[in-house]
Amino acid sequence: MSGTHSDEPSVLQHHFDNLGQQFEASALGMWVFLVTEVLFFGGLFTAYMVYRMTYPEAFAEASHQLNIVLGGTNTAVLIGSSLTMAMAVYAAQQGDRHKQVLFLVLTMVLGMVFLGVKSVEYSHKFAEGLVPGPNFRFEGDAIHAQLFFSLYFVMTGLHALHMIVGIGIMAVLTVFAWRGRYTSRYHTPVDVSGLYWHFVDIVWIFLFPLLYLIDRHGAVR
Amino acid sequence: MVNDVTHADVEYGGTERPKHLVPLRVYFAVFAALMTLTALTVFAAMQDLGPFNTVVALVIACTKAVLVVLYFMHVRYSTKLTWAVIAGGVFWLLLLLLMTLSDYITRGPGWLHFG
Repeated sequence: MSGTHSDEPSVLQHHFDNLGQQFEASALGMWVFLVTEVLFFGGLFTAYMVYRMTYPEAFAEASHQLNIVLGGTNTAVLIGSSLTMAMAVYAAQQGDRHKQVLFLVLTMVLGMVFLGVKSVEYSHKFAEGLVPGPNFRFEGDAIHAQLFFSLYFVMTGLHALHMIVGIGIMAVLTVFAWRGRYTSRYHTPVDVSGLYWHFVDIVWIFLFPLLYLIDRHGAVR
Repeated sequence: MVNDVTHADVEYGGTERPKHLVPLRVYFAVFAALMTLTALTVFAAMQDLGPFNTVVALVIACTKAVLVVLYFMHVRYSTKLTWAVIAGGVFWLLLLLLMTLSDYITRGPGWLHFG
């Protein structure tokens, strides 16, 4: 298996027959992990579903405290980062090292913009006394509004944690891509990390309408 | 030189690696669709559709998720085994949601107050 390109170490690991099989195995492994992630977040979505059905008015009232402009901006930012991630994979497939690094860096920058906006939102919630606990202040059904905000912080917090992990992965990929480790023949890590990044985007695609947009037609804000 | 070709053939399994080089315009079209659907979901939330507000929001979110999965995540061009794993994941998620739901909505009056 070795020795044909003496300047290039073989990227094919010994337990695979060929690069195609190696790639399929890696991608499938990532998908299996993502399925566990679906069920991980699924538990939280289930809790959300039960409590929203039980206390619909309190959830709508509490949802109106969230900022649609910031939430919507972050949705756009995250969709944009998915596009740049897809472009990074595209560049890797073409063996274009510079574009690959460029789009990985752009993806990280957009991820950080998302986290920045998120931290602004969190600090507003702290200032407004909307963090569940002894200092929770809410005009209306405060007890059940706390349930909403508990779910809000856990779900968006867990999502933000995934973003932070994703940015870490992108940073490592960028270094390796810069060193020319990925070629048009072998770029599996970029593909597989892209799957993870897009998955985190999908979680937010559900979080945005479910947390920010409950009964907005009745909102007098 | 002949050896080079043979070696490459062995590494790729005789054929080119399944190349899912999606044209860039497909990515841009998906991006535009995702942005439009985001605007649409905000707009729909402002309308009074009664109980259908949630339905519309979920249909739009699912559409966006399917677009991301099929094109950004290349599943449209993936193996049947990948499809099976994803279908399994979706199936278990639906079990989790629907079994829980069927419990809560059959506990009789007073347990849930439907808005």
